[in-house]
Amino acid sequence: MLHVVACIKQVPDTKVAKLNPKTNTIDRASAPAILNPYDTHAVEEAVRLKKRYGGTVTVLTMGPPPAVKAIRRCVEIGADEGYMISDRAFAGADTLATSYALTKALHKISQIRPIDLIICGKMTIDGDTGQVGPGIARRLDIPPLTSVNKVVEIDKEGGSAVVHRKLEDGYEVVKSTLPCLLTVEKEINEVPYSPMPNLIKAARYQPTIWAVSDLEDVDRTQLGLKGSPTIVGSVWAPPKPQGGEILQGPVNSQVDQLMDILLQKKELFAVKGGAS
Amino acid sequence: MPDKFDVIVVGAGPAGISCAYHLAKSGVNVILIERGEYPGSKNVMGGVLYRKMMDDIIPGFYKEAPLERPIVEQRFMMLDKESALTFGYKGLEWAEEPYNNFTVLRAKFDQWFASKAEAEGALLINETVVLECIVEDGRVIGVRTDRPDGEIYADVVVLADGVNSLLAKQLGFHKEFKPNEVALATMEILKLDKAIIEDRFNLEPNQGCTIEIFGDATKGILGTGFLYTNKDTLSIGVGTLLSGLIKHKIKPYELLEYVKNHPMIKPYIKGSEPQEYLAHLIPEGGYHSMPKIVGNGVIVVGDAAQLVNAIHREGSNMAMTSGILAAETILLAKMTGDYSENMLDHYRMKLMDSFVGKDLKKYKDATHHFDKFPQYFEKYIPLMNQAASQMFTVDGSSKKEKQNKIWKDIGSAGEKMKIARDLVRAWRVMK
Ligand SMILES: Cc1cc2nc3c(=O)[nH]c(=O)nc-3n(C[C@H](O)[C@H](O)[C@H](O)COP(=O)(O)OP(=O)(O)OC[C@H]3O[C@@H](n4cnc5c(N)ncnc54)[C@H](O)[C@@H]3O)c2cc1C
Repeated sequence: MLHVVACIKQVPDTKVAKLNPKTNTIDRASAPAILNPYDTHAVEEAVRLKKRYGGTVTVLTMGPPPAVKAIRRCVEIGADEGYMISDRAFAGADTLATSYALTKALHKISQIRPIDLIICGKMTIDGDTGQVGPGIARRLDIPPLTSVNKVVEIDKEGGSAVVHRKLEDGYEVVKSTLPCLLTVEKEINEVPYSPMPNLIKAARYQPTIWAVSDLEDVDRTQLGLKGSPTIVGSVWAPPKPQGGEILQGPVNSQVDQLMDILLQKKELFAVKGGAS
Repeated sequence: MPDKFDVIVVGAGPAGISCAYHLAKSGVNVILIERGEYPGSKNVMGGVLYRKMMDDIIPGFYKEAPLERPIVEQRFMMLDKESALTFGYKGLEWAEEPYNNFTVLRAKFDQWFASKAEAEGALLINETVVLECIVEDGRVIGVRTDRPDGEIYADVVVLADGVNSLLAKQLGFHKEFKPNEVALATMEILKLDKAIIEDRFNLEPNQGCTIEIFGDATKGILGTGFLYTNKDTLSIGVGTLLSGLIKHKIKPYELLEYVKNHPMIKPYIKGSEPQEYLAHLIPEGGYHSMPKIVGNGVIVVGDAAQLVNAIHREGSNMAMTSGILAAETILLAKMTGDYSENMLDHYRMKLMDSFVGKDLKKYKDATHHFDKFPQYFEKYIPLMNQAASQMFTVDGSSKKEKQNKIWKDIGSAGEKMKIARDLVRAWRVMK
């Protein structure tokens, strides 16, 4: 019986979100809050492993009270239990402070039921860092396996997992000890249309919500804004690409033309910031 | 073991939400199934929300509901090609609580209203299509959805699935619409600066105006156009009977473009940006077209029961009232444990006894009348414009001479008799 925990986050749907023109940050009121798309695949993979090996799927999130909706979505996909840590003290957390807080919650969950595997999405679509998953693994001192696009086998008795990690030009097969932490690519699975009983369960579901005071051994200086060393220097919207040129003619001549254009762009080959 | 509920409500529009809200509040185990991504995501309305019926359901709702503007002025425009005869009423008593009516955007309003039903304990399931009612021994005992393991069961199923209810049709409650029983409305939501709206429509902040447009808005086809002020958008639309569109071979969006470019309308919407384009059917057959609305274990409410007063563009309020009456009937049925057609027929009687039934009856011949005699829209509105133009143009001739000219322009004695007859007829169907 496996116990898989998926760490998930509610994010503004960046496909429709608008940027605040003054601060260049996402205007959260402009977009519906959704379950981070990568995380839906993380939860789905956990549910598939449960179907394959038997066990329990738990989801964990840190967020404000409305994030309960994201947990309900996970229950629709097939999660059994949901936990949420929610407290003002967590507000303003960067990836370092977030992974700290989630790790404390994972400790508490593992006291209820030992954890075999943790799955996270590859990254969130509002932050795009992909640091929280590896951060948790580092803090728990378990192997992080990033960019996983296939789980070949989980052998609980033997204490090992075999997965495929996506590379730029293929994949590598990695064997790890258990417990370990995976961050998954979208292509790892397709999330099917959820069955009616899951929807009904989800609509009624109330997750367990913990405040900081419910967690053990917490160093409050490592939480929220206080525990976040990240400094955002400035934020800007990338300029829309302009101009460009459509090359004509047969493919070979197009390649030649392209090479000519590229080679003339000296700035592409200059070494920036290096010692002279 | 499939889930069993007391009541399944299909469709989270005003009818379904009202019904689910009232049932949940009374402690009934009710599930509300909506095919859209969220309630309101697919719903279309001009839209004027009538305060009274909503206030009966959630007293003081306007203090927290996402409304656009309280309506303080209602204008009516009789449109000709290059002129308009306009009248209206503006009253500041409507600018104060409890207000009269509001403009709303359904995508926001329905979502809020459904969240209130959820807070009372109704279970809302989105993104799920009900495919059919499950019928056993002549009784509806549940529904089949498009979800895996998608059957759910209940003592009563309420069909609130809107105009052209496929589910009621499958049960044989009504037939395909005839083209003169249903209107097709198209509308656009246009983005426009708040201050410009207030300036252009002569409004204070948090005041709204509605303009109903007759005549050339629909190129003389039976139907109406509308232009409503929202917070920072305008809703503009036009709806006509399907039969009129077919007869005149006009495409609905062409009509909308025509209205938007009409010289009497264009200045109102100048500089606005189209934000959304919507199209929807409106059941306008009225009393004569009403389908069967109760069966064993099933009740039909709102647009699905064709409860729309086309003459006064009322629909959402009738939907709400029917939803509440259905809920009250179900509560009654629950006490006796009897969900037969006989028992549920209480709903139909209550409905026909309410303003819904009475108004449908009062206007039972109105749409048919104007459809049958197109001269009201094609001829009389231009005539009224000409008369007004004559009367108000200062050209040195006396008012008496003007009256004589107007009278002469109307046509021969026979023509005048015909108009008099038409007026009497119109009076009869509207009185
Ligand atoms: C352009 C236009 C302007 C209008 N203006 C006004 C106005 O100003 N004032 C006014 O009072 N009325 C107006 N109306 C009429 C009003 O919109 C309707 O009468 C009202 O929406 C009816 O409510 P309802 O709940 O019965 O149906 P709807 O609001 O249509 O709701 C039906 C719901 O059922 C869902 N559904 C349908 N089939 C299924 C299925 N199989 N499974 C699951 N869910 C399903 C739909 O997605 C929808 O959410 C207007 C209508 C139009 C088209």
